[in-house]
Amino acid sequence: MEAEVTFRVDGTSHRLTVDVRTTVLDALRERLGNTSAKKGCDHGQCGACTVLLDGQRVNSCLALAVAHDGAEIVTAAGLASDGELHPLQRAFIRHDAFQCGYCTPGQIVSAVGMLREAEAGWPSAVTAGQPADGGSGGSDGPTVGILTDDEVRERMSGNLCRCAAYANIVPAIQEVARG
Amino acid sequence: MSTITPRAMGQALDRLDGADKVRGLARYAFEHPVDHPAYLFPVQSTVAVGRITGIDCSQASGQPGVLAVLTYHNAPRLSTEDGELRVLQSDEVAFRGQIVAAVIAETSEIARHAASLVRVDYEGRTHNVDLRAEVPGHREHLRVPNEVLPLFPMDTAEGDVDAAMASAAVRVDEVYSTPWYTHNALEPHTTIACWTEEGCTLHLSTQGVTGIQAGVAQAFRLDPSQVRVISPHVGGAFGSKVYPRADVVLAAMAARSVPGRPVKFALTRQQTFSLTGYRPPTIQRVRLGAGSDGRLTAIDHRSIEQTSKLKEFAEHSTRATPSMYAAPNRGTQQWVAELDVPTPTIMRAPGEASGMFALESAMDELAIACGLDPIELRIRNEPDTHPQFHLPFSSRNLITCLREGARRFGWEQRDPTPRARREGGWLIGTGVAAATYPVLRLPGSKATIRADANGRYAVLIAAVDIGTGTRTALTQVAADALQADVEQIDLRLGDTAYPPAAEEGASAGITSWGAAICAAADQLRQRLATEHGGTVPADGLEITADTPENEYLKQYAMHSFGAQFAEVRVHEETGEIRVPRQLGVFACGRIVNPKTARSQLLGGMAWGLSMSLHEQSVLDLRFGHVVNHDLAQYHISSNADIGAVEVHWIEEDDPYVNPMGTKGVGEIGIVGVAAAIANAVYHATGIRIRDLPITLDKLLPG
Repeated sequence: MEAEVTFRVDGTSHRLTVDVRTTVLDALRERLGNTSAKKGCDHGQCGACTVLLDGQRVNSCLALAVAHDGAEIVTAAGLASDGELHPLQRAFIRHDAFQCGYCTPGQIVSAVGMLREAEAGWPSAVTAGQPADGGSGGSDGPTVGILTDDEVRERMSGNLCRCAAYANIVPAIQEVARG
Repeated sequence: MSTITPRAMGQALDRLDGADKVRGLARYAFEHPVDHPAYLFPVQSTVAVGRITGIDCSQASGQPGVLAVLTYHNAPRLSTEDGELRVLQSDEVAFRGQIVAAVIAETSEIARHAASLVRVDYEGRTHNVDLRAEVPGHREHLRVPNEVLPLFPMDTAEGDVDAAMASAAVRVDEVYSTPWYTHNALEPHTTIACWTEEGCTLHLSTQGVTGIQAGVAQAFRLDPSQVRVISPHVGGAFGSKVYPRADVVLAAMAARSVPGRPVKFALTRQQTFSLTGYRPPTIQRVRLGAGSDGRLTAIDHRSIEQTSKLKEFAEHSTRATPSMYAAPNRGTQQWVAELDVPTPTIMRAPGEASGMFALESAMDELAIACGLDPIELRIRNEPDTHPQFHLPFSSRNLITCLREGARRFGWEQRDPTPRARREGGWLIGTGVAAATYPVLRLPGSKATIRADANGRYAVLIAAVDIGTGTRTALTQVAADALQADVEQIDLRLGDTAYPPAAEEGASAGITSWGAAICAAADQLRQRLATEHGGTVPADGLEITADTPENEYLKQYAMHSFGAQFAEVRVHEETGEIRVPRQLGVFACGRIVNPKTARSQLLGGMAWGLSMSLHEQSVLDLRFGHVVNHDLAQYHISSNADIGAVEVHWIEEDDPYVNPMGTKGVGEIGIVGVAAAIANAVYHATGIRIRDLPITLDKLLPG
């Protein structure tokens, strides 16, 4: 069974007919020739396929294309504009926050989404005041202040890096987060 | 040997492919643009050993969009003795998950669905997949492997270990084990195969295009020149992409059945667990005998591993032991059990990663038994020459690494008493272990240098960059070999169109390829001087050279060394284990690029943490397959698992290893970490864990 969908990918609109079993990731990679997002597990377990979908970071291997007709999708290729790399991309290069590079577009897109989430005040499992932390939570609930390294580690743990560049990924993100 | 003067080497250059990688524009195998591709999906056996009694492809073949279904009935006959590569050649099944059929279809969705419709019937036989079951009667079932990963003798003996153990004042005699580990490179094994009248082209994720070319050519009775293998970027490999495996052959086979049409084949994450190899589980016995002053009189290390019935693969878990400590009586022995399992393969620091967990845990146990600081124990047993080869070391800085690490880590303040430090419900401990890895050079590399009259050099070699930073580091090597700037070098790799190259493995890439580039640069300079008055002629000059022999290999033992330190926290109530701090100091020759080398060492140390605490392929003994075959259940270290990590190295000037003075940095980062963490866990809790991984259930009372 097939369906027609429209996506705006990295600023360009595409209209295509897809098998209803096709994921957003496969639509990007196999149909639109945009291979910036990677397939590492196809089960939402590694994060290599992370894209911004209508502004939020998602595992595109878990999103069916047919369910996202009209979506605005941004990949790591679209973060760079007019040949200028995004500040996070520059920081990743400077800190050598990758080796093989396969998880890297997902890491960077995820970091963009993560910083937005933190700025919007979304707590994580290590945010002070979370019940899991033993704090009361209180009437004000948990607060996200300055992102600590532990916050970045926790919030970026959906993006696996088998080369294990984590110890470089955290300072690369912090350099941008802290301006 | 003439060594080259470092100008570009030693510079912390950013990766040359960094801007492509951060945008996702660097092309991995599956991303090569092709017209009108077909897609391949395999059917895997559901018995561990037996015979196929029937295959019904009618439902699958009837699906719209299915182009072909391959089985052993219609697959082309292959010409290879490599059991791993003999895909679809008979009705025999040798392990659960073996490829028994495959569907080629217009789309990946159709291929996958149709593969699920292929019905295969089996006559199963009783399987044996349990290495532990082999041990009690091991004289009967186990055998000495025909060859361990080459270059080193597998069994060694000197003196009389049993007599020395009997008379030793202090003895350690323990059994350690490591589980079945799976590589899980983030990029699964992927291929685009295209078959034309000229031959076969493979865009492939591999550690060695030349080796794949040879393997595929042989299997399909082609001349190697008819097989082109292209691999510009590889999304991690860690040993799993060194040798050709069934997936590559199947892709080529599928392409041959739809000539002219590219066939795309990506293994799923689940499939990689049975089809791409793994680090074999080991059961190791270490015996140490020493005087009460800690001086070793006996070292004995024996290891039992598994291999498949298709092909022998044995890693050398005991290889490092004869390189480490002085003792007049020493022995190493290895056995393998042939089980109904997939064939294991190389995995990061094969041998050393598993073997040094056992040896360096045992050394910690000996230090405690002697009442000695573990660093002091290692200093007392430092050999003057290589204990096995009786050769001087080309350079050996183990003690320097241990002392420098101790200073940086704050080791001297350590109270050796177990369970002495507590903070808010956490028991805190620290541990240390030594690391080593040999300096290896793999045969079969050539490099071509083309100089043009404008001062540019094209450097051609079929090496690959699996993420290690080869593209950048080898450019730096070439610049220094040619006494040129990095900007003058145009390095081309990852394609059998270039001169052949050894695979990326054994931390031998820079040694093997760099030495060939240096040789070509030398010859180029000589030709320019003798025939062209020192200037490049208008139409350029081209030289090709092999990796030369190293005359010093017979005169010196060549190894990297390192010291691994770890701090662990174990929660008293839950047994949760955290590693807030790791520190490594390494002596691995000249560092070509401090930025990319540091990343390799950091990555290796994180791998060590991951093998210590997280990773284990859990085998279902009833069916013979790995049950936790995905990244949700096979846990590899995530960002939140890694704490503060410090990497340092000792400046080493070793003129004997190769013209660059490099020793390789890909493996040594993982070596010794598991022992350092296990030793720290003992220090924190008083509980000695000898079976990896160290999980909380092993730390909680009964």
